[in-house]
Amino acid sequence: MYEKNGEKYFVVDGHTHFWDASPENWKPGQEQYAKGWIECFHAYQGLGPPETHWSLEEFQKYSEERMMKDVFTDGYVDVAIFQPTNLKQWYTEGFNTVERDALLKEKYPDKFILNTTFDARDGDEGLRKLEADVDRWGCKGVKLYTAEWRGESRGWDLKSPEAARYLEKCRELGIKNIHVHKGPTIWPLDKDAFDVRDIDHAATNFPELNFIVEHVGLPRIEDFCFMAVQEPNVYAGLAVVVGGLMHARPRFFNKVMGELLFWLGEDKLIFGADYAIWEPKWQVEGFVDWKMPDTEEYSDYGPVSVEAKKKILGLNAAKLYDLDVPAELRLEGQPAAEPVAS
Amino acid sequence: MTMTAARSAGAISDQAADVAAAVWSALGTVRDPELDDPLTELGFVSHHDVTPEGEAVVRLRLPTYFCAPNFAYLMVADAYDAVSAVPGVTKADVRLEDHFAADAINTGVAARSGFVESFRGEAADELDELRADFLRKAVLAGTDRVCRSVLAEGVDPARLADLTLADAPEGPDLWRLIDRRHELGLPCADHDALIVDPATGEAVQPDALRLHLGLARATRVSQEANSGVCRGMLAARYPGSKQ
Repeated sequence: MYEKNGEKYFVVDGHTHFWDASPENWKPGQEQYAKGWIECFHAYQGLGPPETHWSLEEFQKYSEERMMKDVFTDGYVDVAIFQPTNLKQWYTEGFNTVERDALLKEKYPDKFILNTTFDARDGDEGLRKLEADVDRWGCKGVKLYTAEWRGESRGWDLKSPEAARYLEKCRELGIKNIHVHKGPTIWPLDKDAFDVRDIDHAATNFPELNFIVEHVGLPRIEDFCFMAVQEPNVYAGLAVVVGGLMHARPRFFNKVMGELLFWLGEDKLIFGADYAIWEPKWQVEGFVDWKMPDTEEYSDYGPVSVEAKKKILGLNAAKLYDLDVPAELRLEGQPAAEPVAS
Repeated sequence: MTMTAARSAGAISDQAADVAAAVWSALGTVRDPELDDPLTELGFVSHHDVTPEGEAVVRLRLPTYFCAPNFAYLMVADAYDAVSAVPGVTKADVRLEDHFAADAINTGVAARSGFVESFRGEAADELDELRADFLRKAVLAGTDRVCRSVLAEGVDPARLADLTLADAPEGPDLWRLIDRRHELGLPCADHDALIVDPATGEAVQPDALRLHLGLARATRVSQEANSGVCRGMLAARYPGSKQ
């Protein structure tokens, strides 16, 4: 919970990780990718305020204690959602697997929501694993990383019949939140890898599932907005928007937020700090202080209310995951949890 | 004798410097297709040089190790072509560095073997359609820029659909828009409509204008925000280098 000027904010961090990218975990023969990956993440941290930068060594593998302090003690977060990224092609034990995240979920059950993942290339075995994860941890969401490499394959997309089988399974198992991350190396390479049109297709065919597009489809915000405005069950995950732009590129932060609010509206935006790329503390504080400037350059965008910020920082995600929000942190007239996209 | 040799070496190095300057100008015509900005301005050229024998040596770098290989390929190939065409350049050695697909890209570009051949099994088509997609985005973003300067002159927004390119204020934004429309084969004469659908070249009708301009604005915001992120990442990756 964060409090400022007498207003109290229930904070859900919609995008967090507990990864191990230490050199001991780099897969023999794949070291250059494992190293390239974590160095790329580390460079993103450079877009945050200098006093929040970590050494690369610390960043490769951090402790449970550090995470709990950064996210919950210092970072105002009430509940954080684990979004796993396996990357077993490059990391021997995986990068940020469900099993690793589960270590913390089991120890701090009220602090974390544990999402699992699937890969549409895994066939029947993957479907059984998905079912087992739901049995074991009660997962209500999945994080899909469609660009994950596997042998010669550089990824998959949500339009395929294989993906439809998995989405059907999600519906059956009570998983209702599908978080999708578009990546740069999806096959085939001659098409735009960030294309979000496969999400449009899946969202239309599975209206009872919610599709949360992580990083708002960056770097294709315009395609994402245009797609999302037509699909009532598509949401925007703000990880990277706040962390990557608010401090480093404030003008564009204003404009990107302006566009997201214009096309999707304040009920569809989900805050995510993307820890450990960025710590939540400065993002939550900065977001609550942020105002859309009242100048000509931003005249197409309206002011952003305290109520909108409360929704974006936590109440929207609380709805998607049926979280019980303490009465004093709810908006007036809002029940504890509303049914989602029924 | 010594003096003559010195003078002649000086003449050669002057000539090499002129060619190097021309190489730099040529690199300035190569754009990141996604960001629609020149490589030289983005800081993507880390080194350029011309040997006394006329070999142009160019090194390119990108904001991350995992920047999309298709766009990277286009930039390296375009840079190779632009540099090779400079008078006085006898050979071009253009290479991308610090990138996961650098070897495949550099080898493919130097052998002029095309994208499909360079990434055998991973790509079915050359990149023309991808490039055209992003030119269409550049037209949309440019439309937002130019329309804003039109409106700043007090033009009634309801009249925008009636305007032609000749009605827009002269300047780099307009020239850039015309240039991109020309590249796509869209109408770009003075009497052509200011606002056209970049997919068809048809003038946008008044009832579709609001949505079209909204998309144009979002496209520009997206392009400029991405450019901002890329510049920030490049600066973080290569600290101390000129941006």
